[in-house]
Amino acid sequence: MTTTEAAPLPIATGGDTPAVEVRGLRKSYGGKAVLDGLDLEVRRGECFALLGPNGAGKTTTIEVLEGVRRRDAGEVAVLGEDPATAGRSWRARIGVVSQGEGAGQALSVRETLDHFAHYTSTPRSTDELLAAVGLEEKAGTRVARLSGGQRRRLAVALGVQGRPELVFLDEPTTGMDPVARRQFWQLVRDLRAGGTTVLLTTHYLDEAAELADRVGVIAGGRLVEVGPPAELGAPLRRQATVRWREDGGWRAVPTETPAAVLRDLLAASPRGEVPGLTVTRPDLEDVYLQLVTPAGEPR
Amino acid sequence: MTVLTAARPAPPSTARIALARVGVELRLFARERQQVVFSFAYPVVMMVVFGSVLGGDVLPGGVPFPQYFLAGIAATGIMLTSFQAVGTAIAAEREAGQLERLQLLGTPPAAYFAGKAGQVLVTTAAQLALLLPVARYGYDVPLPLDLGHWLTFGWVAALGALSGTVLGIAVSALPGSASSVTTSVSAFAIVLQFFSGVFFAFPELPGWMQQVAAVFPLKWLTQGMRSAFLPEQAAAFEVAGGWEHGRTALVLVAWVIIGVMVCVRTFRWRRADG
Repeated sequence: MTTTEAAPLPIATGGDTPAVEVRGLRKSYGGKAVLDGLDLEVRRGECFALLGPNGAGKTTTIEVLEGVRRRDAGEVAVLGEDPATAGRSWRARIGVVSQGEGAGQALSVRETLDHFAHYTSTPRSTDELLAAVGLEEKAGTRVARLSGGQRRRLAVALGVQGRPELVFLDEPTTGMDPVARRQFWQLVRDLRAGGTTVLLTTHYLDEAAELADRVGVIAGGRLVEVGPPAELGAPLRRQATVRWREDGGWRAVPTETPAAVLRDLLAASPRGEVPGLTVTRPDLEDVYLQLVTPAGEPR
Repeated sequence: MTVLTAARPAPPSTARIALARVGVELRLFARERQQVVFSFAYPVVMMVVFGSVLGGDVLPGGVPFPQYFLAGIAATGIMLTSFQAVGTAIAAEREAGQLERLQLLGTPPAAYFAGKAGQVLVTTAAQLALLLPVARYGYDVPLPLDLGHWLTFGWVAALGALSGTVLGIAVSALPGSASSVTTSVSAFAIVLQFFSGVFFAFPELPGWMQQVAAVFPLKWLTQGMRSAFLPEQAAAFEVAGGWEHGRTALVLVAWVIIGVMVCVRTFRWRRADG
């Protein structure tokens, strides 16, 4: 994460530049700031999850990175180029798993893939794609008759058809049942294992923890935290809470040194037993909720 | 699935993508049963209605009604398969997110437009190929007399279909949902048909209606069709006293050019862009 003041980005196409580099990204709609100085860096080959509640600015960020939405301010480089001005050869290097339809509901899965193969100079074979997303048995089925999960898998196949270096997945599993979600996660892992950089947005914590090498938590149009899922909110997680019953009520002591609190507590306890004693640490979800909730608001 | 990092070949040419688009557009059109039936049956039904109701009437100049109106019906059919079909299809494709996908793939807009134009030319040809035999064998309407008249029919139909396509693309940029765009397009088309002499003999329309119609392509398309289907002496009964081929070509080409300029400025892959 770069926190220094914005400096001009080097425009380079070499493999050692970050896949995505964003500094001070701003975007407002009708005077309301959706992105308020967002900084972001995605390394080549990693799976990065942009995690945040609805309305936090995830989709707007992705759309700016895809080059389909103008930004108000800030510097953006995706695969070394500014998406606002990059041309078709740059587009060929990125893949988007979009929510939108294919070419039409009346086409079969195979026809859809065959059609879009014409848009890229480096298409994967349709059979390979069908196998990769597990749609071989649905190849002859019209898109109109696919389930929601199957449509998403088709969308993934279309997103990686041109062998992109970087793939964007915007809320890919929203509305999927648990089985479809697990299958989808495997697809993303396969992609990542093949060396593709993956940038996904999600409002599901478990999804970010499951898939991402690093998670960026977005709230109020800014990145408030970034790190591997296990290390998110480390200071918050050090904070333990010791609870017990005393004089008919609950006592709760937040502390970074619960052992010391316990020692004092046990020493002070005359009969050697403390009723209702627990020591808890916040789990990932508690940390996440603390990160995305503005100070002073109830959680 | 391994990532490709070596130098990539250049993306496919606009022409290659346009060709693929013509194919997929035709395939989708053919599978949209309602659209197929409506596009092909509408002109035939109009022919049957006009032929049955007004079959015995004769217009000044000795031209039988069905013969006079075949020109208007053909012109309406062309407007239906070009202007109306394209305008409503693009609005619906945009709403379904199909255009967003094309944008993300870096599709040149010209390839998309060419795909629409190709599909329109093929479906229009099929529609006319169905209409003309019905007119000829059902209502004794003579087909164009000679090669010259067939050529007139050809260029008028092609320019009409092209201007309709381009204007359909332009009108799809109207704000609102796909269904509201469809309603506006249909309403405009119906009014234009009345003004352009599709349902009435054009010279009998009020002057102001004729002048309004003269601004739009349908009037010229209809007049051009009359010049292909009617005998030479009927030209004297046109408002200008002749077929005005030069002016017809000029107006239709101008509409194509203006339409392209409007499309380039207003075409949107997405419903709203902030």
